[in-house]
Amino acid sequence: MSRDASEMKVVPVRHPGRWVASAVVLVLVAMLVHSLFFSTTVRSGQRQPRFQWHIIDSYFFTATVLRGLEVTIEITAIAMAGGIALGVLLAIMRLSPNPIVSGSAWVYVWFFRGTPLLVQLIFWYYAAYLFPSFSIGLPFGPALFHINLNTTLTPFVAASFGFAINEGAYMAEIVRAGILSVDEGQTEAAQSIGMSRLMTLRLIVLPQAMRVIIPPTGNETISMLKNSALASVVTLGELLFNVQEIYATNYKTIPLLMVASLWYLIVTSVLMVGQFYLERHYARGSARQRPPTFWSRLARNLRIRPKSQNASFLAAGRAHA
Amino acid sequence: MPDVMVEAAGVRKHFGLNEVLKGIDMTVDAGEVVCLIGPSGSGKSTFLRCINHLEHIDGGTLTVDGELVGYRRHGDRLHELRDKEVCARRASIGMVFQHFNLFPNMTALGNITVGPIRVKGEPREQVRDQAVALLRRVGLADKADAYPNQLSGGQKQRVAIARALAMQPKLMLFDEPTSALDPELVGDVLEVMRGLAGDGLTMVVVTHELGFAREVGDRVVFMDDGVIVESGSPTEVLAHPREERTKTFLARIL
Repeated sequence: MSRDASEMKVVPVRHPGRWVASAVVLVLVAMLVHSLFFSTTVRSGQRQPRFQWHIIDSYFFTATVLRGLEVTIEITAIAMAGGIALGVLLAIMRLSPNPIVSGSAWVYVWFFRGTPLLVQLIFWYYAAYLFPSFSIGLPFGPALFHINLNTTLTPFVAASFGFAINEGAYMAEIVRAGILSVDEGQTEAAQSIGMSRLMTLRLIVLPQAMRVIIPPTGNETISMLKNSALASVVTLGELLFNVQEIYATNYKTIPLLMVASLWYLIVTSVLMVGQFYLERHYARGSARQRPPTFWSRLARNLRIRPKSQNASFLAAGRAHA
Repeated sequence: MPDVMVEAAGVRKHFGLNEVLKGIDMTVDAGEVVCLIGPSGSGKSTFLRCINHLEHIDGGTLTVDGELVGYRRHGDRLHELRDKEVCARRASIGMVFQHFNLFPNMTALGNITVGPIRVKGEPREQVRDQAVALLRRVGLADKADAYPNQLSGGQKQRVAIARALAMQPKLMLFDEPTSALDPELVGDVLEVMRGLAGDGLTMVVVTHELGFAREVGDRVVFMDDGVIVESGSPTEVLAHPREERTKTFLARIL
């Protein structure tokens, strides 16, 4: 009866439920693949593939689509850059002890978060109706700077403004949460070695706040990429608008919307990869082990690992048994 | 007669209606090691934080090395100093915190060098060499590239001491430096502090380590309820306390 524990065989717990769940998922996936790629349907008396992949394929790289994609990426980049800059500024203002400064930041966030983005975009598009020309000068005094909004407020400029200003309101709250997440002891320690408020913020608080700021900012960037389609309403020639232009003439609505969707998916995937590496970068010093990259996780799941490590792992397991 | 490093006269401080310091009079001479002891809530940490203006005082005067902390005197008026001026004065006062407060996004070496490089604008190479020497002095020469979360509590606190020393302070403030440590790690930190005292650094130490106070302190100050109850040499205060409150406190802690 008293056999040496190290000689006994370890029987892992069986999980039949997981096998059933996996089988169900596999069947559903097979149905989806069949419907997407192999099924047909009858349209105007003709049997056709359900999803017309050959049409999607033929439009995927056309100049109009690529030009739209370019504008979409540009507008996303400009809006996020402007939004982040505004957000940092507004977050710092919100945390100011001066009630006028913090109050005005609060009002900004209240207004631009509280009105629909689409309305704001249309508003900026028609801003030249309210202000045909725009000048900055001394109150009641001479103008120092003057532009004609009728000519400068193109759809691209209006959309950039609209998105950046709206995004600033959301980023302000994200950055503020990040700043508040940093322990106050950090500020005190920085001050105790003589750092000024600004230096403390730049060198100590913001880098640590980044860990909290980046995941929702990645989220915002992805949202922005897709929300940029709203700019089609103000006739900006971005991805959706250009695709609409095409299907307005040839009526291949669904395939062309799928072209646009696939491009959005591709760019989103690239952004997610970027976000992962950015998060990894700012995880320095916060976790004992940095999260594994996709490749190292793949390698681990395929059991490509040093033999010795594997052996010691098994040995540890046996010791526990 | 030695120079006076810290001089407090009638220092008062309240948080809302709660008066935490009810008139503290105290001097610390240059080169002296003063240990502040007392029950929690007695105001000893608050007083320490007032010395480098992490808290501003509501009454009385407080000077470090002859300069008012946080204020400039103009006739019979006190003008609050600008952020920049406060920073310049703080830079010459080192502080070590109970919870270390190391910058987690920088290595041990980064923590030590960031002050001299960014605040004092000293050349990188020179600062680096000094930082390596400081790490050796606190017994962590091999931990230069470790991030704080890879260090034990005792090691973190020693890096924090090195970070404060890198600014070449004329005064060091310790706020319960060993209270957050495992008992077995306390010794290493006290050892480093003992060395600093031996080198003649002026130190104000808030502590519960009576052994350290007895051995290293030139003077022990017992505070309770926002006032100094008694102060004197370690033997006077710790072995032969005059006040009843001191006796009760010592009886409870020993």
